[in-house]
Order: sequence, then structure tokens, then C-alpha cells
Amino acid sequence: MSAATAAPGRIVVDYDDDIVRKFFLATVIWGVVGMLVGVIIALQLAWWPANLGLPWTTFGRLRPLHTNAVIFAFAGNICFTGIYHSMQRLLKTRMWSDTLSKIHFWGWQLIIVSAAITYPLGITQSREYAELIWPIDVAVTLIWVVFAINFFGTLAIRKVKHIYVAIWFYMSFVITIAVLHIVNNLAMPATFLRSYPIYSGMTDALVQWWYGHNAVWFFLTTPFLGLMYYYLPKAADRPIYSYRLSIIHFWGLIFLYIWAGPHHLLYSGLPDWAQTLGMVFSIMLLAPSWGGMLNGLLTLKGAWHKLRTDPILKFMVVGVTFYGMSTFEGPMMSIRSVNGLAHFTNWVVGHVHSGALGWNGMLTFAVLYWLLPRLWNREVAYPKMVTQHFWLATIGIVIYTVAMWAAGLMEGLQWRAVNDAGQLANPIFIDIVHRLEPFYWLRLLGGTLYFVGAVMMLINVFKTIRGPERVAAAAPATAPAS
Amino acid sequence: MAENGMDHGSEKKYGQFHRRVFESNAALFAVAATVAILIGGIVEIIPMFTPAGTEHSEAITPYTPLEVAGRDIYVSEGCYLCHSQWVRPMRAEILRYGPWSRAWEYQYDRPFQLGSRRIGPDLHRVGNKYPDAWHYEHMRDPRSTTPGSVMPPYPWLLDDRIDPEDVRASVIALRKTGTPYTDEDVAGVEESLAEQGAAIVARLATAGIETTPDRSIVALIAYLQRLGVEGRAELEAQGVEY
Repeated sequence: MSAATAAPGRIVVDYDDDIVRKFFLATVIWGVVGMLVGVIIALQLAWWPANLGLPWTTFGRLRPLHTNAVIFAFAGNICFTGIYHSMQRLLKTRMWSDTLSKIHFWGWQLIIVSAAITYPLGITQSREYAELIWPIDVAVTLIWVVFAINFFGTLAIRKVKHIYVAIWFYMSFVITIAVLHIVNNLAMPATFLRSYPIYSGMTDALVQWWYGHNAVWFFLTTPFLGLMYYYLPKAADRPIYSYRLSIIHFWGLIFLYIWAGPHHLLYSGLPDWAQTLGMVFSIMLLAPSWGGMLNGLLTLKGAWHKLRTDPILKFMVVGVTFYGMSTFEGPMMSIRSVNGLAHFTNWVVGHVHSGALGWNGMLTFAVLYWLLPRLWNREVAYPKMVTQHFWLATIGIVIYTVAMWAAGLMEGLQWRAVNDAGQLANPIFIDIVHRLEPFYWLRLLGGTLYFVGAVMMLINVFKTIRGPERVAAAAPATAPAS
Repeated sequence: MAENGMDHGSEKKYGQFHRRVFESNAALFAVAATVAILIGGIVEIIPMFTPAGTEHSEAITPYTPLEVAGRDIYVSEGCYLCHSQWVRPMRAEILRYGPWSRAWEYQYDRPFQLGSRRIGPDLHRVGNKYPDAWHYEHMRDPRSTTPGSVMPPYPWLLDDRIDPEDVRASVIALRKTGTPYTDEDVAGVEESLAEQGAAIVARLATAGIETTPDRSIVALIAYLQRLGVEGRAELEAQGVEY
């Protein structure tokens, strides 16, 4: 437990940092697990025998494990880490209930473990990013309610009247994930392990992509922007560039984003009006997205020189820049004619990973490295390794995304190529598959570099925790209990 | 907030309004955010439950029990992660796969399996494209039918068996969601499974393959062989050019 320094006129709060440390470690461990599965399935595409000939290790069963582990375990746990750490400090109060915090933590980890067991066994709904079967979906709902009660309870007992912008983003995360998860997973159970959605066909597709796209936004963007608004000013020691911009881009984003789902169903049987709405709102999203990116980057005004020496700021700047890049690319890919080429190809995989590895991953690493010495009151064991991690990750992302862009463009163009006689120029599908192989190896290289960086972080974290505590002079009034 | 290093910087008039009204009132902020995120979903999703949103066709029949079992295997193995079921209205796609996919062709699909990636080819018109034996061999060893394929083999589907009671539970659940199965359909699940399975087993036997009607592979073949068939027939009956 740490406490704010008792000085005249200041509020003394006994923050619950134990729960923050728990979520922190879960982030680091699940991150490595999720990325390892990513490396394995990348290898499977380059070299099929890596499917190992076993039912439990085929690409079709492992890919949901990879996506769920990195989204809900790695990214989810860093969101909770940051929320539990920053909201106590922003609101100058301990969390409303330590018990609910603990139920949230252990419940969430149990859900992740159950996903890791069911997917390899082929127990899945096979609805992208909502693969969990109905009993686990019920558990997710219950745990989310626990989190929400604790979250709003903490807001109710806050000692500071004003609610800072980071909390706005956290709040929309808590509310929207609940709405999306419940509406999307309404289903009729057939057995304990299987259910059928109440929606069918194109309606099911629309509801699922309304969920799927907004899961990306309200899980991988909203809370992360909240983290950016708290930790970037902290790390740079500068105030947020523009308060007004934060208001505009917050409301712009949460209102516009929810409409964008149908861009996943362009050129499908979905009614044209719905497809067009999805495309138009996706393009409009460019403005509030870049509002967030600019607000983040311009916060560094006057602090750019710190980039040379501070690896945490390096991670943050590259992360926010990738956010800008992928939120530029996304709207472009939502334009019908561009989507016609990009859809179904590796280009989409590249786009997703520039967001996931670039924005979510890099910002996560920054927050973790910023918190590490503060949460355990210890010096980082291998400070140089932090910079090495940064370069490995950055080079890894570049190799990964460039390989996928090239592969995606190539296959998209070759699928559609028609010769002068009006026949397919590449009638044999497998021929195009073979031409992708070098790109798959390249992607594996990029992903492996990124993964090795994450392993280095894991080593650094555990070495730091086992290291000697900082001397009291530089430390806050109370030292951590551990 | 300045003591936090969380200074909001300069404030102008409407910034002050936002601060006064929303930023000190968590409940009001939560309500406003909820309204903001609900509008788009309501506008897009509600019309799908009206006749204007979804198309229905009498030409498409519900999946038979064996096809339901086959579809459950397709879902369980995550086939959609490499294969789409969605032919887009584009010249090259129609040349490669056949007529583009209509909304009503998916009317009994729960869950939908349109997919988002084509690591392998689209499957929406794969029905009747290859003989049953081709699928059997392809699932046993994809490289025996498609040299150089990167698909993993699925030999366990040749051994695994489907449980009629499990299939009946699926049919009952699907009926509750609105699929028009009759009481006779539910009562006759076992008979239907045996009959359709026996027909596939007989066709496989002509290619020298020995198996039994209750194998997973038989159910999967039944499902794959009906994909896009009724839709194509209906489009041809309507004389639609594609």
C-alpha cells in the first residue's frame, strides 16, 4: 500500500496498489502467451506441418486463442491496470470496494483460462472476437457488472469534484462494452457447450460486426486513449495540449464510431443504405481520431528533447503515431472501391497489427515501464534493455506491416485480374497462395522480433521485482507491502 | 487538477460549459455517453428486423439434421478463419466462384459464417462442385487433392462420430430461434441422419471408400455439398444473369 504524502492542506489517501500490481503482472504474462500463439500461427501459414497434425493445434482453433489472448487478456489487463492505478489518483480516493476489485481480477483471469481451454478443444461460437460459448459469456457479463459497480462506486465517493478526460474514456469503455457484449451474445442454448444466436444470416452478420468493430474501438481505443491522457502528460511532465480538443474528439469519437461496423460487410447482402452508413461514418472518424493523436503528440511540445533519452516516451510517441497511421488507413479501407481490393486479404491483417502492435502494444509497454519502478519501489533492473525492447518492437512492426501490405495488395490484385479474353488471369487459387509464402516468412520474422521484445520485458519485470527496494529518502511516505 | 500534472490547459467559453455541466456530474456524463453510443446501433440494427431489412425466400430450405451436424463441425473447427462464404458482386469473383451471394441465401445461418479472410478459396458455391469422395480425401489429406495446399489435415473427422441426441438438441434450439422445423422433423432426427448419411456412404463406396453414416466426415460432406446449391438454382429459375 502506498499513500499520498501527508502535507498541510493535502488529502491523505491509502491507495490500493496491490490490485494494480496484480493486473500489471497478468498483462505481462498474458502478453507473452498471446504473442507466442501469434508466432505459432504465423509459422503455420508459412509452413503447414506446424499444425502438428493434432486437432487442438490447427490454425482454425488457435487463431481465436491468439486474438482473444492479445485483446482481452493482454490489452484488457493493461486497461484495468491503468484504470485502477490512475482513477484512484485522479479522484483522490481508494477504490470503492477491495473485494469487488479482487473478484474482478480473479474472475477475469478465470475467463481467460477458460477461453484458453475451450478454443483448442473446438468449443467455440465462431463469431469473430465473440467466440466464447454462452456459459463463459454469462461469466463475462457478471464480472463486467462487478467492475462497473466498483467503477461507478469509486466515482461516487471521489474526493475531487472534477472528472478528468481520462475518466471520460474509461467510462465509455465500461458502458459500451456491456451493451455490445450483451446484445451481440443473445443466443438460444442447445447444450451446455453450444448455442445458436437469436439473429440469423445478414442480421447476425450486422450485429456481430457492430460488436466486432466496436470491440476494437471500445476495448482497444477508448481505454487506451484514457491511458494516453493520464500517462503521456505524466511521462512528459507537460499538461495536455488542448482541453477543448479533448472534448470535441471524445464526443465525436464515441458518437461516430458505433456506426462504422457495416464497413466489414461492404459488397455483401446487407442493405445498401446500411453499407453506405458504415462507409460514410468510417470516413468521418478520421477527424476525431486524428484529434486524439494530435492532442497526444502536441502534448510533447517543449519536451521533444526528452525523446532522445527516455525510452518510455519513445514507446509513447511511436504508439500514438501508429494510432494516427491506422486511423488514417482504416477510413481509407472503408471506401467501397478500396475495400473491394483490400477485403479478405493480408492487407487487413497488416492494418489490424499496425493498430495492435503499434498503438496498443507500444502504449502498453510505455505504461508498464512507467509503472514498474513506482509500483514496486525499485529501480528497473536492466534500463538498457528497455531501449533495446523499443527498437526490436519498432523494427518488428515495420517488417510485419510492410510484408502484409505487400502480400495483401498482391493477392487482392491477382484474385481480380482478368485477361483480354475475359477470363481469370490466375484461375488456380493455390498458385496465388504459393506466391504469398515469402511474405509469410517475413511476417514471421517481424512478429518474432516483437515477441522477443516482450520476453525481454518479462525478464526485466521479474528481475526488477526481485531486486532491492529503493532507499527511503527518494521513496513516498509508505513503502509497498511486498 | 494542476497538482496532479493533469492540467487541462486553456479554457474557452464552451469548455467552461462542458466542465460545469458534465465534468462534475458522473451520472449525467454516463447518461449522455450512453445516449451517444446507442444512436448509431439503433438506427442500423432495428430496421433489420423489418421486412425492408432482411430478404426471405421460400427457395431456401432449413438445414437437414445431418447438415446441422456438419455445420456444427464447420463452426467448431473454425473453418471461417480461412474460408469465406461470401461471393461479392464483382466480375472476377463471379467468374471464379459463381453467382454473388444474396442475403436470403443466409436466412437460416446461425451463426453466420461469411468470414473475413481468404487464406483458402470462398466456399459459398462449393456445393456440388466436387464429388463426395473428393471432400473425403481432401479432409484426410488436403495435398492429395490440391497439391501444395497449406491446409492442415483433418483425419480425426474420419473417425469421430456424431451423436443423434446432440443433433436433436441442436434442431430443437434452432427451432426455438425461429427455424421452421416441424414436430415430425424433431421426432425424425435419427431417421433423417441415417437416411442422408447412408446415401453419402453409398456414393463414397463407389469411389472405393468405406465408412459409416454416423461419422463426422459424412455430416461435413452433407453440409458442404449443399452450400449455395439452392440459391444458384433459384437464381437460374428466375433467369437472373450473372
